[in-house]
Amino acid sequence: MTAGRRDSGEGKGGAAAPVDVVGTPVSRVDALDKVTGAAKYTGDLIVPGMLYGKVLRSPFPHARIICVDASAAERIPGVRAVLTGRDLADLDPYYGHAVRDRPVVAIDRVRFAGEPVAAVAADDEHTAHAALAAIQVEYQELPAVTDLTMALNDGAPRVHEEALRPGFLHSGEFRREEGNICYHYRIARGDAARAMAAADVVVEGDYTFPAVYQYAMEPHTVVAQWSADGLTVWACCQHPYLVRAELAGIFRLPQSAVRVIVPYVGGGFGSKSYTRMEPLTAALARKAGRPIRIANRVDEAMLTTRRHNMRCWLRTGVARDGRVVARECRIWLDTGAYADNGPRVALAAGDAAPGPYRWQAVAVDAWAVYTHMPPAGSYRAFGATHLQWIGESQIDVLAHRLGIDPVECRRRNLLRPGEEVRPGRKPLEADLAADVSKVAAAVGWGTPKPPLVGRGVSIGVMGAGANPASTAAVRMQADGTLVLLASTTEIGQGARTVLAQIAAQELALPLERIRVAGADTHVTPYDRSTGASRSTTVAGLAVQRAAADVREQLLDIASRVWGLPRVALRLHEGAVWHETESRSYADLIATHFGIAGGELIGRGEVAPGRGDGQAAGPVFWEISCGGAEVELDPSTGRIRVRRLASVADVGKAINPQLVEVQDEGACLQGLGNAFFEEMLFDGGQLINGSLLEYRVPTMADLPDEFHSILVGNGVGPGPYGAMGVGEGALAAVPGAIVNALLDLGLQMRDLPLTPERVWRRLREVE
Amino acid sequence: MEIDRPPQARLRIGLTVNGRPVEAGIEPRELLLDFLRNRLGLTGAKRSCDVQVCGACTVLVDDVPVSACCTLAYEARGRRVLTIEGLARDGRLHPLQDAFIEHAAVQCGFCTPGMILTALALLREVPAPTPVQVKAHMKDTLCRCTGYWKIIDAVVDAGRRMQAGEAPDAGGGAREVAPRGKP
Ligand code: FES
Ligand code: FES
Repeated sequence: MTAGRRDSGEGKGGAAAPVDVVGTPVSRVDALDKVTGAAKYTGDLIVPGMLYGKVLRSPFPHARIICVDASAAERIPGVRAVLTGRDLADLDPYYGHAVRDRPVVAIDRVRFAGEPVAAVAADDEHTAHAALAAIQVEYQELPAVTDLTMALNDGAPRVHEEALRPGFLHSGEFRREEGNICYHYRIARGDAARAMAAADVVVEGDYTFPAVYQYAMEPHTVVAQWSADGLTVWACCQHPYLVRAELAGIFRLPQSAVRVIVPYVGGGFGSKSYTRMEPLTAALARKAGRPIRIANRVDEAMLTTRRHNMRCWLRTGVARDGRVVARECRIWLDTGAYADNGPRVALAAGDAAPGPYRWQAVAVDAWAVYTHMPPAGSYRAFGATHLQWIGESQIDVLAHRLGIDPVECRRRNLLRPGEEVRPGRKPLEADLAADVSKVAAAVGWGTPKPPLVGRGVSIGVMGAGANPASTAAVRMQADGTLVLLASTTEIGQGARTVLAQIAAQELALPLERIRVAGADTHVTPYDRSTGASRSTTVAGLAVQRAAADVREQLLDIASRVWGLPRVALRLHEGAVWHETESRSYADLIATHFGIAGGELIGRGEVAPGRGDGQAAGPVFWEISCGGAEVELDPSTGRIRVRRLASVADVGKAINPQLVEVQDEGACLQGLGNAFFEEMLFDGGQLINGSLLEYRVPTMADLPDEFHSILVGNGVGPGPYGAMGVGEGALAAVPGAIVNALLDLGLQMRDLPLTPERVWRRLREVE
Repeated sequence: MEIDRPPQARLRIGLTVNGRPVEAGIEPRELLLDFLRNRLGLTGAKRSCDVQVCGACTVLVDDVPVSACCTLAYEARGRRVLTIEGLARDGRLHPLQDAFIEHAAVQCGFCTPGMILTALALLREVPAPTPVQVKAHMKDTLCRCTGYWKIIDAVVDAGRRMQAGEAPDAGGGAREVAPRGKP
């Protein structure tokens, strides 16, 4: 076994400046804090007077709440407050960035098993926990729809009978359809039925994808505190400004009266995107009149948000020469009791269905469906992970039938740079045919194979970057060091390091003179979100512009001081130079302000209004490209991954080491999603709500060999031609593995590929 | 209704934490993880799975890695406990901490303290482990961010450097604990 070989195929990209900290694998700026235990996460904070909160959750997937009697619990010594639905009367208690359908705590009705019904604040966690048992809740159980089939039946009970309001970030038009449909996304291009009828070979099938838990190692944790000034929340959230907007809406406060501070975050992967435990914690703190901390346990985190389980029907038609002709697809995503990010997931799944190919016609319908299940939202590469393996497996089935090599079949059909990916959206940047050839070569494509060894590739594109809306500021201090303010949160992806590298590059400043502040909505400027692989590309661009703003100010001052035109000046190592003469930044600032003080403030923004991309997006197309070589043990159904390869097509790797580790992590999550990760439910009850029963990849699950191939063509819209990575590989891996099994004659239509499932399928095929 | 109230009774224990003697009154049911985090303010050990699967709460008790989330504080009486906060010595990082930084084996950092202490226990048993040995020893410590490769690289490298005498165990790493860019 080898410990993973990495190839660097990085090309030239972007404007090379003299001090090349960009493109260098510098150590993370947060690493020292993290290896010494000094790094503080939300759960490590103690706010004076803080109480501990615990949540009472519904045992039923659907029930009317007849009455909640908390009086016994309130009498327990050490219990300070119990929050129930009755405490929300003066609030606007329903939230949700897509659909405002979710109450802060259940009001009159519960819609999934695990829904918060009450919350206790007590002096310590034990007391809070013990008090939960003293809360008497009388329920009237109601018929529940606990899977997609039940929810879609005619006359099924409706999860939401009342009229729903769109959230402030609803994607597209808000149309409430009949029954339990939460959202419908459609792509119709050409006459798919007619084109399909004219195809020479057609394949179709039904597929399923399970519910999956993101397992950020730090479960959701929130501290909330009220004062005369308003509400302060410390939370491990990915999108502090979106959380702030929702809190302001719920508590009827101006946005400036809500402050969201994000300490270090112990992983996100989408589980901490949008608003999670913040409203409940804030409401409990309001009732108790004291600061509160609520820390989810793993089982509670699983009930807070998850990946959508899905059912899908897909049909693909091709011509005899291997040209793709038409694709039709129907997708049903179980978004659970509340929309959460379901609409966007449906959109991304719909967008992923056609794959990156040149079709004559496409017809895709994707529905997010309400059920009485725990809500589902974002998880790394959502939509793409659901669909890519399905579309890619049909390409391989057809290629095998036509006797065309699957890689060759892709080369003939893949979109080229500049071509339209989806109607009205941004054209493609990357060279997909080159990417797929790279992963194929890395897994030994075309070389002889031992028996029971199969190979597969998979490629797709995902709309990434969310919206091009970010701002940043940099403050050059009187001593020439820099404080960088950005609200992209450090969730492990390395945002603080990459942003510091960009500022260092623009200001010719040694990296150690830069400090990156943690996100704090009272301090760090607006950013839309931390997700969709956007931190480097979008927030990075805002930081680049903010740093350039200070650079211009420094040049202005120097040109005044020397009486020289700015073209005669250059920046190097923290000083402005004219030929062999230099003035340090500190010097220039002191001259400008006339004392040993002052500071230069630079601001940068990314906005469609100034020509940054289009609101319809995407900011860029993230590439999802992987290859696998697997070995099947037919007696057990176990699959060993001999080789795994992924292309990280980053435009420009600002920090190649961080790109690699992001790509490696995404691949490993892809293996988990492909092979064993699955949340199991019985009648709406989660039955594997612990890491004892829910298995995630360990070192023992690593492939024998792993190749992360960096590609940098400088074609991205971010700084230096960068574009984001970190999600795509997760979507690529299941498809590569499914296709490697197809190479062995085994067609899999359901994930995960547990040994039992593979073994049964083998028996069917024989 | 019977309520499981925290008992008022206290046990007194004495132990050594990061080389310092500690005397404390604890509850019988108090977990070592809560004792370290809440009473001593040593928050480096993290709570994640809470069921002895993930290793985020790992500390060394008499040099043996234990899951502090499933160990009673009482069980640590009279013993030596090492947490991540006690690993750097004399202002210098341990070679493992250096290696984790250099190899980008740290991302969100939530697993990192437990990962490093688990690796330390390995290096004390097997001074220069191979990647296969690292995998076998550390397969029960989870990281959800990295793909583990860089952690394996870091542990192998730290072991190699310690064995070659380039870096002694405990302190002596290349980096200072002091903040970057100190004048
Ligand atoms: S928290 Fe102790 S092993 Fe996971
Ligand atoms: S670095 Fe995030 S869990 Fe390991």
